[in-house]
Amino acid sequence: MKKLSNKIYFGLIMAFLYLPLIYLIAYSFNDGKTSVWKGFTFKWYVALFEDAQIMQSLYNTLIVAVLAAIFATILGTLAAIGIHNFKGGFKSVVQNVSNIPIINPEIVTGVSLMLLFTMAGVALNFEMGFVTVLLAHIGFCTPYVILNVMPRLKRMDSSIYEAALDLGCSPIKAFFKVVLPEIMPGIFSGMLISFTYSLDDFVITYFTRGSQFQTLPIQIYTMTHQRINPKANALSALLFVTILLILIAINIRANKESKEKAHI
Amino acid sequence: MKSKKTAYPYMLWMLLFTIVPICMVVYYAFTDENGNFTLQTFVNASDYSQVFLYSLWIALISTFICLVLAYPLSFMISRCDEHKQSMIIMFIMVPMWMNFLLRIYAWVQILQNYGPLDTLLNFVGIDITLIGNSGATILGMVYEFLPFMILPIHTVMSKIDNSLIEAAQDLGASKFYVFKNVIFPLSVPGIISGITMVFVPTASTFLVAQYLGGTQLMIGDIIERVFPSDHHTGSAIALVLMVVILGFLVFMNRFGDEEAVGV
Repeated sequence: MKKLSNKIYFGLIMAFLYLPLIYLIAYSFNDGKTSVWKGFTFKWYVALFEDAQIMQSLYNTLIVAVLAAIFATILGTLAAIGIHNFKGGFKSVVQNVSNIPIINPEIVTGVSLMLLFTMAGVALNFEMGFVTVLLAHIGFCTPYVILNVMPRLKRMDSSIYEAALDLGCSPIKAFFKVVLPEIMPGIFSGMLISFTYSLDDFVITYFTRGSQFQTLPIQIYTMTHQRINPKANALSALLFVTILLILIAINIRANKESKEKAHI
Repeated sequence: MKSKKTAYPYMLWMLLFTIVPICMVVYYAFTDENGNFTLQTFVNASDYSQVFLYSLWIALISTFICLVLAYPLSFMISRCDEHKQSMIIMFIMVPMWMNFLLRIYAWVQILQNYGPLDTLLNFVGIDITLIGNSGATILGMVYEFLPFMILPIHTVMSKIDNSLIEAAQDLGASKFYVFKNVIFPLSVPGIISGITMVFVPTASTFLVAQYLGGTQLMIGDIIERVFPSDHHTGSAIALVLMVVILGFLVFMNRFGDEEAVGV
């Protein structure tokens, strides 16, 4: 980026991406409900932390995200190993079906699960809530785990595993000693993606949550729908700072690793 | 390691939570309340064909704007040194990680009547309504999905070796010629997956139009409104949307490689 025009263009796009967020954060400190600046305050932050409903939603969101990530990782890793051993046409059919939740519009996945859970709820006498949201989240996270683990399995030299068996390892021991360490980076990134997607999901949760269960994105919808709510600004500011810190930490770590590799 | 059995739990899972729900959408779309076969649902759904075309139109324009904005930017980023590239990509991803409703809500605040932009424009004598129209919806979509266009195009462009461009220049190619015959062909897979990653969510998203577009809703909003009271018509609309999106993906796949759909 040497030319001035390039720099200006880059600056404009960055301004476009960041100015709305900066505006949102700035007005979280505004002592008034409109866009007129009435002085500096922390009261929206205090109100945010005192709002029991929001805190409960945050707790629900984290519980769902942790559980969904764990279940999706186990289910997806096992599935990836099995699918890896499938052959030919059947393998690609299974992979394509597995990708449906990624390809399908989220809203279609949402309403289709709503139909399923409503009908099952009538038959088995339960209402949509925590469990149905968790099931839905595991459903859309697992394909991402598979997509992350599969390439690792493909790259792995299967003769290492066979060598372990020849040297007297039981298949289970050989799996934990040889295969698992090899595919671990894929499992880890699959789990991370599952966790973040679950945290942020609005659409599918919206259709599967029933009438009582609240997550943070649902709470944000309630707060921002057709009105201005400074508490939502305060929440944005907190989320923004959290995301920024996490991404900077990841970036620094990645740079360190690549530098260490360069030294070797 | 050679076992196929480990995939069985997930196959059962897919049957229960992917295949059965989709079959239920199909079943509801073709039946009435008494469970008899009907096509009336699609007749009801056709009331919204205007909204459907409008959604595809908005998606098309938003995708085009994203492409025009992202293409030169991605190229610029890809010519920086590696360390700088990963920093810039990180800063492009930060807004993407924010909850999508909050990002749209930011624009609601900025564009609202008597909001900062409205006041500014009034001050210089321009009196237009900024919110509650298609323009605001498109702006929201572009803001929402621009990173999804930048990332895949940047990924393919960062793999273009500078020496290829230099070689073309050494052989006397003009700037336009280098672009047309070297850079553009090599970046096509990124463009294909960028278009897919922006068009599909834009066409099917809901709430963006409710927040910014005023009365002009999109097909996702219609599904959300119709579904709770009428599962059958709602399913018919959802089915049509699904078929159109799948058709679009197959069409795009013909241009690009298989990876375009995957992630």
